[in-house]
Amino acid sequence: MWWAVLAASVVVLATKVAGHLVPRALLERPRVVRTAALVTAALLAALVAVQTATGGGALALDARLAALAVAAVALLLRAPFVLVVLLAAATAALLRWLGLP
Amino acid sequence: MPARSSAADPDPAVRSAVRTALSVSVATGLYGVSFGALSVAAGLDVPQTMALSLLMFSGGSQFAAVGVVGAGGGIGAVVATAGLLGARNGLYGVQVAPLLGASGWRRLLAAHLTIDESTAVATAQPTPAATRAGFWWTGAGVFVLWNAFSLLGALLGDALGDPRRYGLDAAAGAAFLALLWPRLSGDDRRATRTVRVVAVAAAALALALTPVVPAGVPVLAAAALAVVVGALDGGGAGAGRGPGGGAGAGGGDDDAAPVVTP
Repeated sequence: MWWAVLAASVVVLATKVAGHLVPRALLERPRVVRTAALVTAALLAALVAVQTATGGGALALDARLAALAVAAVALLLRAPFVLVVLLAAATAALLRWLGLP
Repeated sequence: MPARSSAADPDPAVRSAVRTALSVSVATGLYGVSFGALSVAAGLDVPQTMALSLLMFSGGSQFAAVGVVGAGGGIGAVVATAGLLGARNGLYGVQVAPLLGASGWRRLLAAHLTIDESTAVATAQPTPAATRAGFWWTGAGVFVLWNAFSLLGALLGDALGDPRRYGLDAAAGAAFLALLWPRLSGDDRRATRTVRVVAVAAAALALALTPVVPAGVPVLAAAALAVVVGALDGGGAGAGRGPGGGAGAGGGDDDAAPVVTP
């Protein structure tokens, strides 16, 4: 696990340093910038899906889905990040306490 | 130099930048608690969690790294996912480096502090002095508070035990949704629609692939999908195809704008 932690950290840090060192023209192309924004959104969306509806290499529907719905409503109401996360956790904890998977 | 500028600085623009920096730092630092708790819930120990907050220091990449670890992904998937999510920091560096004019070790420090929040505060300031103050105060403030609250969250998560009982596994999905949310709206309607379509397609692709490929790969496939769409998609605000034209550069600047989480 340490290798994954350190290797991933080095890659992210190296990217930051590269941004400060490489010539501006190399990275500031509209297509590069646009693609980077799309990659960020795609990764986050895929992580939402995987974290919410999969488990042990299979699709899994449980209390997490209801928790995500509550989080979406909280975001629509412009709740701050910490509150969104807390509400989702509380929803899942409550549903499991009531006996849901 | 940042040390000269403070809340007591006579320049009102600098004072305002420092105030903004401090409030952004507190808001961002606080959700370090959720990162710390999720990280230990995913199976990392407290030192590993702190290594991510200290060395990686990029919220989205850190959440992604522990998310992939929690899903059972291998080292390659962890590195690739965190690295791809951190790619935008490189673009921020391109923007802020000329504004800061730092050199030597300060340049290295500035690079490490180049994240969504410091870039957003810096680029929103009206004067060069306020830009530098905004960048350094936000970067340093978030760094200190993010790490302090990561540690608190990791210790709390360790003490809580079974993460499922407290819904911590559900909190991970909510955290990613909160990071994604502000990216789904914007001034450029065409670009925003593309982002939304790609986000939905990415989620669907990841779910469809989960039963058939190793853990971690579905998320990377979603990134590959975005790269293909980005390569094929004709243009942004200008609707023209002129590569590197004046209008195109303007639209590009808009798209590179950092998105601060709510």
